[in-house]
Amino acid sequence: MLLITCPYCAAARPEIEFAYAGEAHIARPADPAALGDEAWRDYLYIRSNTRGLHVERWRHINGCGRFFNAARDTVTDKFAATYRAGDARPSALLSEGVQR
Amino acid sequence: MIQECKTLQGTAIPGIPGRLAVTLAPDCARLVLRLRPEGRAAAGTALGLTLPDRFGEVDESGERLAICLGPDEWFVLLPECEAAAADERMAATATSPFSLVDVSHREVGIAVCGPAATLALSSFCAFDLESMPAGSATRTILDRAPAVLVKHDAERYRIEVWQSFADHVWSLLAAVSREIALDI
Ligand SMILES: [Zn+2]
Repeated sequence: MLLITCPYCAAARPEIEFAYAGEAHIARPADPAALGDEAWRDYLYIRSNTRGLHVERWRHINGCGRFFNAARDTVTDKFAATYRAGDARPSALLSEGVQR
Repeated sequence: MIQECKTLQGTAIPGIPGRLAVTLAPDCARLVLRLRPEGRAAAGTALGLTLPDRFGEVDESGERLAICLGPDEWFVLLPECEAAAADERMAATATSPFSLVDVSHREVGIAVCGPAATLALSSFCAFDLESMPAGSATRTILDRAPAVLVKHDAERYRIEVWQSFADHVWSLLAAVSREIALDI
């Protein structure tokens, strides 16, 4: 079983306590009505489908209940970092991900 | 207050003298409190407890117990006769908006005690119980059932689980008790 570090509980907890919640840092358009169909489709459905380091949302649903963000390698399943919702993605991790 | 559905009433798990005792906890009132942190002190006074401010911390005095489950969430156990008065005091004295929900009938309390308590619970709980501090609590998963687990000390735990999952958790405890009794 994977151990995932919840940034709110500040502890490594069993994977079974967590729920995956899709790619992170996808901002909802401020004025959806102004968007064309394709832009709205892209917001709703188009995701990066990264092979390598992927920034994604998780929820510690059977723990503290908080949503947070995590950088996880989709090949190895290794978590590089977890950080609180609302924080910027760690730039060092991001550039590493681009190189893959 | 009437406990309408008593899933486990009348059932018992044979204890292992000196090693393990699994018993139903007495009925109590259970309240879920959601509140912004600035209202914490006033709410604690109204409920007759100090609401802890860190996840997993527990304040226990007599039959009263408050657990901080999240940044704005507390789980409070009170003697049955105190729930209504606590509710009224909260409404009268709260300094910020809050939600206080009585979930007394939703859950069953199970006490797991004895030197083998950690071993018994670890057989169906992935959370690291050995390193869980005494006097702390957490929401976690027991096999597949969400539950709140309180560790009073190294040999005394309390499980708070929904009525609908209680039967499953109870049968797991019965099975593991037999294994421990037979030294399997
Ligand atoms: Zn957490």
